[in-house]
Amino acid sequence: MIEIRWHSRAGQGAVTGAKSLGDIVATTGKEVQAFALYGSAKRGAALRAYNRIDDKPIITHEKFMYPDYVLVIDPALAMTDDITMNDKETTKYIITSHLNKEELIKEIPALEGKEDRVFVVDCIQISLDTIGRSIPNAPMLGAFVKVSGMFELDYFLENMKRVLAKFPQKIIDGNMQAITRAYNEVK
Amino acid sequence: MAEKFDLNEREVWDGNYAASQAMRQAKVDVMAAYPITPSTPIVENYGAYVANGYIDGEFVMVESEHAAMSACVGASAAGGRVATATSSQGFALMVEVLYQASGMRLPIVLNVVNRALASPLNVRGDHADMYLGRDAGWIQFGAFNSQEAYDLALCAFKVAENHSVRLPVMIHQDGFITSHTAQNVYPLTDEAAYNFVGDIDPVDDMLDFSRPVTYGAQTEEDWHFEHKAKQHKAIMDSVPVIEEVFAEFEKISGRKYKRVETYMMEDAEVAIVALGTTVETSRVAAMKMREQGIKAGVVAPRVFRPFPFDLIRDALENVKSVAVLDRSSPGGAMGAFYNEISAALYTTPKRPLVTNYIYGLGGRDFAVQDAIDIYNEQKANADAGYITTDIQQFSGLRGPKLGFFQTKRS
Repeated sequence: MIEIRWHSRAGQGAVTGAKSLGDIVATTGKEVQAFALYGSAKRGAALRAYNRIDDKPIITHEKFMYPDYVLVIDPALAMTDDITMNDKETTKYIITSHLNKEELIKEIPALEGKEDRVFVVDCIQISLDTIGRSIPNAPMLGAFVKVSGMFELDYFLENMKRVLAKFPQKIIDGNMQAITRAYNEVK
Repeated sequence: MAEKFDLNEREVWDGNYAASQAMRQAKVDVMAAYPITPSTPIVENYGAYVANGYIDGEFVMVESEHAAMSACVGASAAGGRVATATSSQGFALMVEVLYQASGMRLPIVLNVVNRALASPLNVRGDHADMYLGRDAGWIQFGAFNSQEAYDLALCAFKVAENHSVRLPVMIHQDGFITSHTAQNVYPLTDEAAYNFVGDIDPVDDMLDFSRPVTYGAQTEEDWHFEHKAKQHKAIMDSVPVIEEVFAEFEKISGRKYKRVETYMMEDAEVAIVALGTTVETSRVAAMKMREQGIKAGVVAPRVFRPFPFDLIRDALENVKSVAVLDRSSPGGAMGAFYNEISAALYTTPKRPLVTNYIYGLGGRDFAVQDAIDIYNEQKANADAGYITTDIQQFSGLRGPKLGFFQTKRS
């Protein structure tokens, strides 16, 4: 089973991102779970969203997990939230930041010694450039596709178009660019 | 005519969406609902289907949950297929009318997303609302995941509207843990789903002007008791219909439902008895216990009302120690579910040890490790031959350990 934890603020699209990811992974024949912990959270409040992916039906409903991937889509939460909570020696981190990896790890002592498992991408800037709003979920998915190697980029983009089908073409195009850019820019 | 809704063979739906799709496929005549908090996204989704032309029936927006169920009573008495959904405080406000619906023998279907009751205010999952409605005279089905919330909602219409049942049915799913968790769901086609549910054939419908009837009459001590006894018997007698509907559903879906679900119970020495998503999480723990050589199993009523007294005994009579998990604040007693399971087991020859765990209130996580801890305590009880812990304990509670009552030993 692969387990993913998203760190986000309400309104940044982690819940939608987690559900979209689940939707696309399911098309490959896998079983998925996508959920979030937010309740009555208001826009801007810190929240966590989660994915599970497995070859067989997922019957655990605990919130607790040892994540394989930690996706941080808010730059400040990387500093203030406990992003390394319950991590493993193999947990990979994808963090949105305008800082480069070296500068970022200097700011987050908990990531020291995990350099080879930390990946950085500026999802905020990418979403501003491509979608026109600070919605960092789509670029994070692009970065995840690259880091996880779970899909070919084209396969992911095609399926994302289906997930976004109800939106205007301009939004779909923006998301496609955002995913592609983050895929290429994550380091 | 309603527009065709495109469905894939495999969808990724949360429990809310799954239940709303079942309502759409059953071609409900009247959905009366209060579509904002504390109700559920089930009716929000349904409202979107209405707005987008996917629904031929009426969607009646009302001013409260009390009014929602009242409108359902009227529409059902008139002869329509009727459904709604609610949760938590909304359910609490609906309770008065729940009793009226069942007393009038109206086949209304109610999707309940189980959430905590205030105070303190809390929007997360526990079973306080379900327990509040457990004596209301409704048939109650329990879903442990989104797929089941969908499947059981379709079954609910077929049971409720059966002429030998004529009782309202609730389908319960866990707030957030099922209702807001997206998982793989394999829906039926619209045609297959509707063919399974079938057309409603109303009994004593008020719109049949050639045969006037009265609903909601008054009876005092002369007849009230007989009415309520008859109603109770009707719930008890719904068992064969429920089993028939589950068997028919298996034929078209391949998914098998039983009044009591049992997992790894053939040779089990210790067992957890639970409701909702906890059933599945406990199965993960039971598998881990078996890796360590401890024969653990899980028992879960799929049908909470009529209470499966008979099948609970069959499932648990040879187990040594049983943990019954209540996800509702017991308010000064043993957990209600514990009491019901204990009563059934008291009438078996071997009378297994039965202990009570209160857990998960207000959405507190129930982790696999919590279930493992409970199994380990049951194993200690089984080995000792008596209950080694307090009889009522709290699992996952912060602060000092809380427990009540110990076994009386000579």
